Amino acid sequence: MRRYSAFAIAREAARHHLGWERAWRSPTPKPRYDAVIVGAGGHGLATAYYLGKNHGIRNVAVIEKGWLGGGNTGRNTTIIRSNYLQDPSAAIYEKARSLYETLSQDLNYNVMFSPRGVMMLAQTEHEIRGYQRTAHANALQGVATEFISPRRVKELCPIINIDGPRYPVLGALWQPRGGTARHDAVAWGYARACSDMGMDIIQQTEVTGVRREGGRVVGVDTTKGHIACDKLGIVVAGHSGVMAERAGFRLPIESVALQALVSEPIKPVMDVVVMANTVHGYMSQSDKGEMVIGGGADGFNNYTQRGSFHHVEETVRALIETFPIISRLKMLRWWGGIVDMTGDRSPIISKTPVEGVFVNCGWGTGGFKAIPGSGWAMAELMAKGHSPLADAFSLSRFREGRFIDESVAAGVAH
Amino acid sequence: MLVLTCPYCGVAACETELAPGGEAHLKRFGPGSSDEDFEAYLFLRPNVKGVHFERWRHAMGCGKWFLAARDTATLEVFGTYRAQTSAPPPEIVAAIQAKRPDWSLT
Repeated sequence: MRRYSAFAIAREAARHHLGWERAWRSPTPKPRYDAVIVGAGGHGLATAYYLGKNHGIRNVAVIEKGWLGGGNTGRNTTIIRSNYLQDPSAAIYEKARSLYETLSQDLNYNVMFSPRGVMMLAQTEHEIRGYQRTAHANALQGVATEFISPRRVKELCPIINIDGPRYPVLGALWQPRGGTARHDAVAWGYARACSDMGMDIIQQTEVTGVRREGGRVVGVDTTKGHIACDKLGIVVAGHSGVMAERAGFRLPIESVALQALVSEPIKPVMDVVVMANTVHGYMSQSDKGEMVIGGGADGFNNYTQRGSFHHVEETVRALIETFPIISRLKMLRWWGGIVDMTGDRSPIISKTPVEGVFVNCGWGTGGFKAIPGSGWAMAELMAKGHSPLADAFSLSRFREGRFIDESVAAGVAH
Repeated sequence: MLVLTCPYCGVAACETELAPGGEAHLKRFGPGSSDEDFEAYLFLRPNVKGVHFERWRHAMGCGKWFLAARDTATLEVFGTYRAQTSAPPPEIVAAIQAKRPDWSLT
């Protein structure tokens, strides 16, 4: 692989840009791999990357039904933070956030990580207590956050109306090293690095069945034929239930639609990410100048990648009171993704009833921020059979009642 | 927008008037059942991509719970029916099979 660098840009500029290589190969599948990952989104590609980088397992295929990074990886609002309440969550999300800090250098691919700071507004008395509790928990977990005053909120983000009659800003949980990254670049960077290690990324190929013998996996059936494997990682987010059924088990997951939208581009007006969980809205400004807005998930099972208009209306209505400046903005694009929700709003990184099959799912509305940590933990689990980061997120926690309850701590917006 | 007809009051209610309540026809397992059955009842869901039976409440109307048959892959609604039943009634099954000949109630 030719490395990207300032020198490479100068070299290519001098020869009409004829020397750029394709970022990843599109090979035909081999008959057998040591490990097969289903799903070439951020989590699946990160899993493959750390399998190769940390554990030396490089005979790996990543099989993708659609195109690389075309599911929730390309549909989220790109927010990165780790200000969670529970210890296992803080550990894995902070691992992910810290890996994001150096991901561009690690992958030799600019993922445009921008630690611009994330603030979660407290707009009710209950939220003040909740976020103060989270700030205290984060202090013990080694996650740098603080609870800040409304005045400081106004200093950090002058376009906020802190005196709204219905949703006054009473404070905020502030994580200065949270921020955003370029979501597509995260998938592309991992894909390029995986391909460089000799892994096969096979797009436009659906896994239609999981072959088992004596309770363990021996391969997968795909639309391009049978592929044998020793280990299978299912990392398919919204379609986890569908894949689990093909592998012969069920998951504590329901799939619902989550929506986001962006405005027309405007000049820079805010350089932080603001989340308002009381009203289920969050907003940041992209480098192009678009206001990126996300809201709450729908309540009913849905696989269509489009959601209900009234949820968007609620989100925008509430955000307009907090950000009066956006009231005249035109919206450019509006889309939905299918998120896999667990009962405790925490992910599942686990072995399954089928030996050799591992699942990484249940990230629900907040998966993008976790991509490097999720891949790191999943790779360790697949390579070694257990992982300190992943063990608390096992499937057995539901039977044993060891929930990692982030639904109360985080509200709905992630 | 999703519109479901409440089988009690007959109102064609849009989504803002309704509250979703998850999968319908769950077989309940309580004290004395095995850990596996209890876990499956509480947490494990088929999360079907296709024909799905689910609970809804006419929250901003008559306030009653009812059941609906819907396709989660197309958002098509096959019909709604009263909640006092442990299985979809024959007319709902027929309505689904009219549009999904390969589908059967398992």
